[in-house]
Amino acid sequence: MRHILSLLLENESGALSRVSGLFSARGYNIESLTVAPTEDPTMSRMTIVTTGSDDVVEQITKQLNKLVDVVKVVDLNEGKHLERELMLVKVRAAGKDREEVKRTADIFRARIIDVTEKSYTVELTGTSDKLDAFLDAIGRTMVLETARTGACGLGRGEWIMKV
Amino acid sequence: MKLSDAPHTQNTAAEISGAEIVIRSLHEEGVEFVFGYPGGAVLNIYDEIFKQDKFKHVLVRHEQGALHAADGYARATGRAGVALVTSGPGVTNAVTGIATAYMDSIPMVVITGQVPTHAIGQDAFQECDTVGITRPCVKHNFLVKDVADLATTIRKAFIVAQTGRPGPVVVDIPKDVTQAKHVFAYPKDVEMRSYRPAVKGHAGQIKKALGMLVEAKRPMVYVGGGAVLGNASAQVTELVRMLGFPCTNTLMGLGAYPSSDKQFVGMLGMHGTYEANMAMQNCDVLLAIGARFDDRVIGNPEHFYQSGRRIVHIDVDPSSISKRVKVDVPIVGDVKEVLTELLALLGEEKARPDPAGLKVWWKQIDEWRAKDCLKYNRKSELIKPQYVIETLHKITGGDAFVTSDVGQHQMWAAQFYGFDKPRRWINSGGLGTMGFGLPAAMGVQLAHPDATVACITGEASIQMCIQELSTCKQYHMPIKVVNLNNRYMGMVRQWQEFFYGNRYAESYMDALPDFVKLAEAYGHVGMRIEKPADVEGALREAVKLKERLVFLDFITDQTENVFPMVPGGKGISEMILSEEL
Repeated sequence: MRHILSLLLENESGALSRVSGLFSARGYNIESLTVAPTEDPTMSRMTIVTTGSDDVVEQITKQLNKLVDVVKVVDLNEGKHLERELMLVKVRAAGKDREEVKRTADIFRARIIDVTEKSYTVELTGTSDKLDAFLDAIGRTMVLETARTGACGLGRGEWIMKV
Repeated sequence: MKLSDAPHTQNTAAEISGAEIVIRSLHEEGVEFVFGYPGGAVLNIYDEIFKQDKFKHVLVRHEQGALHAADGYARATGRAGVALVTSGPGVTNAVTGIATAYMDSIPMVVITGQVPTHAIGQDAFQECDTVGITRPCVKHNFLVKDVADLATTIRKAFIVAQTGRPGPVVVDIPKDVTQAKHVFAYPKDVEMRSYRPAVKGHAGQIKKALGMLVEAKRPMVYVGGGAVLGNASAQVTELVRMLGFPCTNTLMGLGAYPSSDKQFVGMLGMHGTYEANMAMQNCDVLLAIGARFDDRVIGNPEHFYQSGRRIVHIDVDPSSISKRVKVDVPIVGDVKEVLTELLALLGEEKARPDPAGLKVWWKQIDEWRAKDCLKYNRKSELIKPQYVIETLHKITGGDAFVTSDVGQHQMWAAQFYGFDKPRRWINSGGLGTMGFGLPAAMGVQLAHPDATVACITGEASIQMCIQELSTCKQYHMPIKVVNLNNRYMGMVRQWQEFFYGNRYAESYMDALPDFVKLAEAYGHVGMRIEKPADVEGALREAVKLKERLVFLDFITDQTENVFPMVPGGKGISEMILSEEL
C-alpha cells in the first residue's frame, strides 16, 4: 500500500543522506522524496512516498525515528490529509494539437507558462493521480519532457505536526 | 536529554587549540584508555597526548585492532571505549571494528582525523569521506567544521554512544580544526531535540505482561545481549527465580542469567541446546528481554509461527520489536527499569503461575535435557576442542574473561565455558568478525589487569589480527591465547561437509606458521599441546604465568563438528544432533 510519511529533521548537511541511505540499506521503496527548510530554518520538512505492507511501513517509521537527526515522523495515512505535487511539462503543440492542449490544460486547471511555435510548457499542481491523469489525457506521445517535485503533504484540519 | 553522572562544566578564559580541546574533553569524560594509531591528520592531537598523563594511549599495530580493543574494553566495563585514528586508510581500516560494535550495540567514541576543511573534496592525500563511509554502521556521526563546536560535539558523541540502545559514534575532525583556537567549556548537558531514548516502560503494558506471565502453562524466558548492555542481570535472575520459569540466553546474552543455575536450559539458536530450542518452539508464553529474534536465534520465522505462542518483548529500541516476529505485548524502555517495575508489581500481586502446570512443563524439559545434546567422545586419542574449553573452565573456576573469534571455537566456547556473570563473554555475535578476539582481549585485560583473560580462537581467525601480539608485548598484557588448531576453517568445513557434499573448497589452511616460534618471536611464551593428557597441565601452567602472554596451540581433532545444529532456513526445533547421541 502507498503511504505518505512526513518528517521533521535537523537542517544539517548529511541529514538527507542518512534518510535515503536508510531506505537503500534496508531495501525499502522510495516513490518520491521532497525536502526543504521549514519556517524554522534549523529544521527541514521531508515528505516521502513509499509503498509496503503495514508491517514494513511500521518498521520504516521506527527506523526513521531512530535516526538521530530525525525529530519527528508521522504517517499521514493514519489520518485525513492533503497532498500536492507540482509538475512542469513540455508538450508538443503544433497545428491542430495546439487548441486541444490548451483545452485540456484548462480542464485540469493547469497554466501555460511558456510558449513556442511548436510547444507549450504547462504548470500543474495536484495529487500525483491528477498529474498522471493529465499526462494520459494529453497523450503520452505528446509529452516532450516532465519535471515533477514529488508529493508533499499536511494533515487536514487543525492538527499540526510540531516538535 | 541528560546524563546524571555528567562531568562539570569548566570555563577557562584562555583560548586553547582544537587538539587540546579534544584531550581536555576526554579528560572530562573520565576516559582511561585511548586505543589508536597516529598519522598526518591527527598529529596535533598526538602532540597534546604527549603532554598529558591522565589517560593512557595504547598504540596498536593496525587500526582494526584499536577498534576491537576499545570495543573489548567497553563490553567488559559498560563504559564507552575510545579509539583514535587518522584520515583515509586509518578510517577504512577502522570500519570493520566500527561495524562490529554497531551490530552488537557497543558504546564507542571513535575520533578520526580528516584533511583540512579547505582540502575536503579535493581528493587530498589520505582523504576519504569518513562520514559517508561510516554512516551505515554507526549510531551517529559528526564532521566538526568549526572549533567552536568541538567540545559540544564530543559531549554529544559520548551521550549518544552510551544511552538508549548503545552504539559507536564517529567524530571526524579536520586538521585545521585541531589547530584553530577557542575557549574551552565542556557542557554538562546538551539539548538534543531529536534524541530522546525511552527509559520507563508503559505501566499498563507491564501490568498486561504480568497477567500473561502468571497464566502461562509452558513459559519461557529468552534473554539477549540487551540485558547485559542494560546491566539488568540481577533483575533477570530475580524474576526468573520468582516465577520458576526456564531461562535461555542468546549468544550475546550469555552470563545475563547464570548458566550453572538449574533453571538455565542453555544457549538457544543455531547451535543452541536441544532443550532450549525445543522449549522455545513449544512454549505458550515467551518473555523476550533485550533480544531481537534474529535469524541465528529463531531460524525460519514461518516455522516459528507454526506453534502459536503469546510474546512479551521488552527492549529499549522500538525498531527491534515486531521486526522479524510479531509480538503481543511490546514494552519499550530500559530493560533494567522495566524489570524493576515488573518485579515490584509481582511483589504486590498475589497471583502466581500454577505450580502443577509448571511441574508438567519442567518434566517435559527434563526429558529434552536427558538427551544430553552436548555429549562428545571423551575417550578420543585426539584432543577434543570441547574438552579444552571445559578444562579452561575448571582451572579458572569459571571466573575468567573469555573473548573469542568467529567459527566453531566460538560456538564451543559459548556452549562449554558456562558463564555465570555478565560481561565475561566477549565475542562478535552480530557481524561475526574473525580477528576480533585478540585485540578485544587487550581491551579487557587493561580494564581488568589482575583477571585471567583468555582468547579462545582458531588458527584461521587468529591470523587476521595476529600483529597485535606485538601490542600485547609492549603493554605487558598476560592474555592466554587458546588456539584450537584443526588446520581447517572449521565452521566453513562443517557447512561444506553437511551441505556441499564434502567439497572442502578453500577451507583448508596450508602452510600454517609454527605458532610456538611465532609467539616466541613476539617475545611471548608458546606451547604446543598434542595429547589430551597434556591439556590440563598446559592450561594450568599458562594461568600460573601471571606476567606472560601464553600462546597455547592445541592440535585438535580435525573432524569434530558443532552440535546441535539448525541448518539455515530451518525451524529452530529441526536440529541435526551429534552421532554420539
